[in-house]
Amino acid sequence: MLLLTCPCCGITAEETEFSPGGEAHLKRYGPGSTDDEYEAYMFQRKNPRGVHFERWRHSYGCGKWFLAARDTVTLEVFGTYPAQTTEPPADIVARIKLKRPEWEGYR
Amino acid sequence: MSHRLAQGGRLIDRSATVRFTFNGKHYSGFAGDTLAAGLLANDQTLLGRSFKYHRPRGVVASGAEEPNALVGLGKGDRFEPNQRATTTELFEGLVAESQNHWPSLEFDLLALNSLVPQFLTAGFYYKTFIQPRAFWKHVYEPIIRRSAGLGKAPSAKTRDPDRYEQIYAFCDVLIIGGGIAGLQAALTAAQAGVQVMLWEQAANWGGRAPVDGVFIDGKPADEWIKKTVETLEKMQNVRMRLRCMGAGIHDHGYVLGYERITDHTPESDAPRHRLWRLRAGQIITATGAIERPLSFAGNDVPGVMLASAMRDYLVNHAIAAGKNVVVVTNNDDAYRTAIALRKAGIGIPAVVDARTEVEGALVEEARRLGIRILAGKGIRKVIGHKQVKGVEICRIDSKGTAYTEKFDCDAVAMSGGWSPVVHLWSHCGGKLIWDDSRSFFRPDADRPPLGLDGSAFVLACGTANGDMGAVLAGAHQTSLAIARTHQPTASAPAPASDSVSDEAPMEPVWIMPRNAEYDLRMKMWLDFQNDVKVADVQLAAREGYQSVEHTKRYTTLGMATDQGKLSNINGLAVLSDALGQPVPVTGTTTFRPPYTPISLGAIAAEARGALFQHLRQTPLHDWHAANHAEWEPVGQWRRPYTYRNPGETRQQAVNREVKAARENVALLDASTLGKILVTGPDAGKFLDMLYTNMMSTLAPGKCRYGLMCNENGFLMDDGVVARIDAQSFLVHTTSGGADHVHAWMEDWLQCEWWDWKVHTVNLTEQFAQIAVVGPKARSLLERLGGMDLGKEALPFMEWRAGQLGGIDTRVFRISFSGELSFEIAVPASKGRAFWDRLLEEGRDLGVMPYGTEALHILRAEKGFIMIGDETDGTVIPQDLGLSWAISKKKSDFLGKRGMERVAMTDPLRWKLVGLETLDGSVLPHGALAVCSGKNANGQVRTEGRVTSTYFSETLGRGIAMGLVERGPERLGEELLFAGAGNTRIKVRIVDPVVYDKEGARQNV
Repeated sequence: MLLLTCPCCGITAEETEFSPGGEAHLKRYGPGSTDDEYEAYMFQRKNPRGVHFERWRHSYGCGKWFLAARDTVTLEVFGTYPAQTTEPPADIVARIKLKRPEWEGYR
Repeated sequence: MSHRLAQGGRLIDRSATVRFTFNGKHYSGFAGDTLAAGLLANDQTLLGRSFKYHRPRGVVASGAEEPNALVGLGKGDRFEPNQRATTTELFEGLVAESQNHWPSLEFDLLALNSLVPQFLTAGFYYKTFIQPRAFWKHVYEPIIRRSAGLGKAPSAKTRDPDRYEQIYAFCDVLIIGGGIAGLQAALTAAQAGVQVMLWEQAANWGGRAPVDGVFIDGKPADEWIKKTVETLEKMQNVRMRLRCMGAGIHDHGYVLGYERITDHTPESDAPRHRLWRLRAGQIITATGAIERPLSFAGNDVPGVMLASAMRDYLVNHAIAAGKNVVVVTNNDDAYRTAIALRKAGIGIPAVVDARTEVEGALVEEARRLGIRILAGKGIRKVIGHKQVKGVEICRIDSKGTAYTEKFDCDAVAMSGGWSPVVHLWSHCGGKLIWDDSRSFFRPDADRPPLGLDGSAFVLACGTANGDMGAVLAGAHQTSLAIARTHQPTASAPAPASDSVSDEAPMEPVWIMPRNAEYDLRMKMWLDFQNDVKVADVQLAAREGYQSVEHTKRYTTLGMATDQGKLSNINGLAVLSDALGQPVPVTGTTTFRPPYTPISLGAIAAEARGALFQHLRQTPLHDWHAANHAEWEPVGQWRRPYTYRNPGETRQQAVNREVKAARENVALLDASTLGKILVTGPDAGKFLDMLYTNMMSTLAPGKCRYGLMCNENGFLMDDGVVARIDAQSFLVHTTSGGADHVHAWMEDWLQCEWWDWKVHTVNLTEQFAQIAVVGPKARSLLERLGGMDLGKEALPFMEWRAGQLGGIDTRVFRISFSGELSFEIAVPASKGRAFWDRLLEEGRDLGVMPYGTEALHILRAEKGFIMIGDETDGTVIPQDLGLSWAISKKKSDFLGKRGMERVAMTDPLRWKLVGLETLDGSVLPHGALAVCSGKNANGQVRTEGRVTSTYFSETLGRGIAMGLVERGPERLGEELLFAGAGNTRIKVRIVDPVVYDKEGARQNV
């Protein structure tokens, strides 16, 4: 059971206090998009062994969504940041690169 | 024979006799005994029958690793199968019985299985019981269930009368294991000033050290243990639990501990078990090591025991496992058992040592005691069936064709070396390395379990770390290093100095003798509990099994309730030899929590009965309960299904309620309906994205029905939106959907359109909502007074705020029944008063409440869909004839792109129609329309299914809706639906609206 820190209310809490929301930083494709774009938006997910960016909601706390950078193998959490962010913040990216020099970046 | 000695026994109190029964026979032991000790003291060495072959089995070990000595414990509601006699503390009146035999333990007819041991080799079930298929259920399975297995499950009628609890706790350092390494680690951490938790699974502190003759500061270990425990008990920053097993180590320092509080004092009224849910900064595993058996023919005969276990019973309980004990070993440690037994006056015909060169301090001591040592030898086979009668000896490098010598004996002590207990280390990703000189896996300190910040959060110490000599200095260092991660300046006094006699190197022996013939290998047990032998693992290897995980599942090695604590390493080694590769290349199977089985009671704890699930109750709940409500779960709500008056059948009650709504006036508690306030300058724009139809154009005071889809275009929720004012909308959702829809709104607002100015509040529980339904609804409400509810003042699909009978209300003129209907929201606290007023004022109008079943029938007669009945997560609005509610003007809404996919516009999609049985009967729920031909899977082809089906009191026959291939194009056609058995029901496709098609009744 993971420990996560909600960047909105600052509380570090048990995983059971949060709800997972899948991969972060997806771009929505609506009407007018191609089948490939729509398929990628709806169904194609990264699922890496290693660094992953995820959506979480502090559902039994402040109710806010946030994003987390996490290693899916070692379960190390590199950081959490607000959902209103279009790409991973520079300080978290720098921290990941320091610890995972082989990491290819979030895209 | 196994017997109690006149003196000794460090754990027993000879002044306290404890009486117990086994298979109805009366025995007595002493306080401090385990059940296994109590039985051995009385020469009861036959304790059960094995899983497949029904071989006689006795005690092998002295702790959690015991594979054989499983018993059924207790009686009636407290009966529990598969309890380990070696970890069950004896108490007055304990009742135990043996397992898996027929008709009796002493005489078991199914032991015939072992006369033909080829019969049940590896993969036997997979190979044998394939054809004919029908035989599996009726012939093979009942036979196998009778002959194979362990204890019986308790009767389904029993209810556990005991209490269980869970506790949440935190500490800086958790130490699992209260042997001398664990005690030292706790002492150091405590003296260094951090918060310490110390758990020991057994009933006493100190572990094996006193039994193994460890000296600390020149004195027997017992003295140091006593002093250290006393010191720790006085420290404010230390918590210590005995009988508390570290069950599993999980992510980020989450640990489950299983404390058996009253298993040994059943008369206590304390909870029986407690599950600790602990968050630890770091964890030290001081879980010790477990001795391995040796694989020789007949190593499962009662009387063959681990050398260390035999020493435990001798030193701790003053029990000698036999009068004449042959010791067989590949290492020095077993000599401790030989020496201890000899000193207690037990005959030791020989120590059989597989090593050709046998030297060292322990060996010398044994020689001095006159014990004969046979070097380079092994046991060819054990003589005896229900009890050891003797052993045959052969050269260790031979095939074991003949014996070189033979000994009479009544017990055999075996030692194949030690394996550190690495389970907890491995649970959360800690890796192992193979120690070639001592032939065991131990924790690899360079690849530990990693925590939240990427640093190690589990460290091992003592024998659990593979430190087989002195352990205190290592435990001290490990603990101090951890304390310094909390307080960099932390320090603690130097530890005491522990010493054990030096040992010469061991020599791995995986099969005894090394070149044993098949007849012998077929009788060498690896996994005692699951009856897996050396020959089985070798057969698996010959059949092509290379992965240890596959071999485990094919042979069932290590899959029993002991999870292979004794068998794993031996099995891996045999597999490795068969594959011609070193053990570390083969690797281990995965160690999974819990370390030993924990009770379901502890996992459930208080979450049973009324506390099993949170229940939501409407403000009218108590009235329903007092007025014959039969409940239906709807999400976490309980709603009245119907109100069944005395003497009525359920169907009669439902019919009465439907009739009241159609002819007079009836009331529905609709408080569970989701009510979400969406407000802000962009609220209209937001709802236009959320709903398939246009909401921003809705005028204040008006209501509109809307559909919500997910991004796949599948229908997710529906309901009526009321516009409150320029910036605010009140969104009604389904009863079960309110929380989900609210979360869905927040997801889009927070994560996609975070620049939109919209605020949402889930007001569901703030209001009681009552539907007043029927031709006389208006007359009833007018009696309350306060608002003009006339046709002009409040037209259909509009709402007004005002007072009714002095209570603030919002009156929505909407209808889910097709009748004249007002849904009235009042503050939750006024709900009951308002409900009571309506019943009182409407008595002469025949007013009565109706439940969810009548609600369903009323809406089905009108062809209104129900989320979850007509929809199942694969249905789009177009399938349900709801295209009218999908905006063609909007460039975007959630689900719009999804609906444009090819599969969603397929003309062959199943679509909503009404279904009318030709004989007027009620169709079965979920029935399928069958047609000629087969589908791709060779099954009967289907062309539709029933989604809603009821008896209509209004029409006097069954009515139904369903989804049918091209349904709306086929009105009037007949279909065949599958009924019970192989019957077919003739059904005509009709319009889904079977009552008041033009909607005149609701619009008056």
